[in-house]
Amino acid sequence: MSDSPYTFDGMTSGGDPWYYSDIVKEHFFNPKNFLKTDEEASFKFDGLGRVGSPACGDEMVMWIQVDPKEDKIVDCRWRTFGCGSAIASTSMLSEMVKENNGIKIDDALKIKPQDIMTRLGGLPDRKIHCSVLGDKALRAAINDYFHKSGQHERGMVEGGKIIDPILKITDHDIEQAVLDGAQTLEQVQAKLKVGVGSPEAITEIEELIRFYKEKYFGL
Amino acid sequence: MTKQIYLDHAATTPLDKQVLKKMMPFLQNDFGNPSALYNLGRRSLKAIAEAKKIIADILACTPNEIIFTGGGTESDNLAVLGAARANRAAGNHIITTKIEHHAVLHACKQLEKEGFVITCLKPDKDGVITVEQIITAIKPDTILVTIMYANNEIGTIEPIAEIGKTLLKYNTTERQGKQRVLFHTDACQAAGTLDLNINRLHTDLLTLNGSKIYGPKGVGVLYKKKDVKIQPLIVGGGQEFGLRAGTENVAGIIGLAEALRLAQNDKEKENTRLIDLRGYFWRGLEKKIERIKLNGHAEKRLPNNLNVSILDVEGEAMLLYLDEKGIQAATGSACTSQSLEPSHVLLSIGLPYEMAHGSLRFTMGHSTTQADIDYVLKVLPDIVEKLREISPARLGMCESKKHPKYKQ
Repeated sequence: MSDSPYTFDGMTSGGDPWYYSDIVKEHFFNPKNFLKTDEEASFKFDGLGRVGSPACGDEMVMWIQVDPKEDKIVDCRWRTFGCGSAIASTSMLSEMVKENNGIKIDDALKIKPQDIMTRLGGLPDRKIHCSVLGDKALRAAINDYFHKSGQHERGMVEGGKIIDPILKITDHDIEQAVLDGAQTLEQVQAKLKVGVGSPEAITEIEELIRFYKEKYFGL
Repeated sequence: MTKQIYLDHAATTPLDKQVLKKMMPFLQNDFGNPSALYNLGRRSLKAIAEAKKIIADILACTPNEIIFTGGGTESDNLAVLGAARANRAAGNHIITTKIEHHAVLHACKQLEKEGFVITCLKPDKDGVITVEQIITAIKPDTILVTIMYANNEIGTIEPIAEIGKTLLKYNTTERQGKQRVLFHTDACQAAGTLDLNINRLHTDLLTLNGSKIYGPKGVGVLYKKKDVKIQPLIVGGGQEFGLRAGTENVAGIIGLAEALRLAQNDKEKENTRLIDLRGYFWRGLEKKIERIKLNGHAEKRLPNNLNVSILDVEGEAMLLYLDEKGIQAATGSACTSQSLEPSHVLLSIGLPYEMAHGSLRFTMGHSTTQADIDYVLKVLPDIVEKLREISPARLGMCESKKHPKYKQ
């Protein structure tokens, strides 16, 4: 099993039921840096990113303030529709962005869900999928800033590499499926139907499943 | 410790003191195996016979029609898998609904793999299935109809007696000399509140369990009409007419019978009390929380069940805040399920995903008082207000005014 104290069925390695760490609870019950109602009109932002939707179960919006000279994000606000870990992970991400007087944009782009989880003191495996939107929202906000400030060459395409040409499924989709708990080709197919119409893509799909399992769960 | 207010009685109930008292002797002194011939064993056997008599009296059937199992899920499995497999020669078509408990739905899925054909009826927006839907779905090779008595999530009560009567008529006229269409109902949620008289319900199979009626967990009943053939799932020592092997859970059986007796005895009074309390609860919520909707039928619902959707907030987040305030409830949001899909029941009654994610289920019980409800009514609106401030949903509504760049 991985270094993570949690196993796949949601129990800790000690056999206890899953629970949230004290850090998760603190960020959930006392979220930091979310956009308060009275800030809606006044918060000045240079980039805005929005991912997900309430229909998916999670939606996040991130506003960032950038110091162009330093190429740093110096302040941010967020809003999240989602469960406990979704709210806590966005709150933690906002702290990671703001600490040490802000974060270099290049460093912000490197933040991965795993980094947020580590700072939260771990999340139960079945809740990991709830924490993957925060970094996407942040990247979307940075992209928006690049676009608005005319730095088009720095803009990123979030589309990913198309693995299944028929269903237009990308490596990001497979990453998401693994984060959602799929561990085998069959389970990924149950979520995405990937490779059903394109059997030639199966080998690459299996490789990606192995890659992401190792990346997130150390399996 | 914060005051604890338990509002998840549809999940399970605490054991009634009187029930525990009845069970105690069978956990220690009267521990004999009911299959044994000596007096100690015969005492256990006699106790089981008495328990069957108590339950048979409530169901208006004979004690030989009562099979004890390891719980509601097992009874459902035994009814659905057992009846289908035993009657396969007569046909391979089964009718059920999209809002059944997984104990029935997954059993049907299993049967599909074995070559059976399943028709899954879609309920109306309140979760009600009609007799007409069932009659329309019946085919010459239909062998089983399985419809729950009351839904565990939204509390909607299905017209079981009406369906039973109609099927009886259908069988009498259309299935003369042939295998009749069998009728099973899962009555786990209904056991404490609704009529269980088989002469009025006309079911061939009926599931009950202990853990929703202040009885013990891990014990269930399958009522099986005398002439109905089913195939056992668990084989071995030949207990329960060879339909459910394994040494009987004597204490559990005694507890279940006592719990059912108490529940059925007190049901009119308790139902009235809970219906009043539920009305008070809902009116309070409606007044204090904007953008809230009742899920399930307004009247045809279990007296203790209140299921609502609150827009712009997610269920698990609300549950965690409620738990912090000492209130235990449930949600149909994906975040509390293993599947990452919101409740199949809420989706089946046509709720959009975001409303299913924002659902809360409160199920009251014996211990619930008006003071408890007042406390929830005091605490919940603040929780919703706080989570709505964190949520971007409301922001989305006024995006054009404040955030011209919002749409991207």
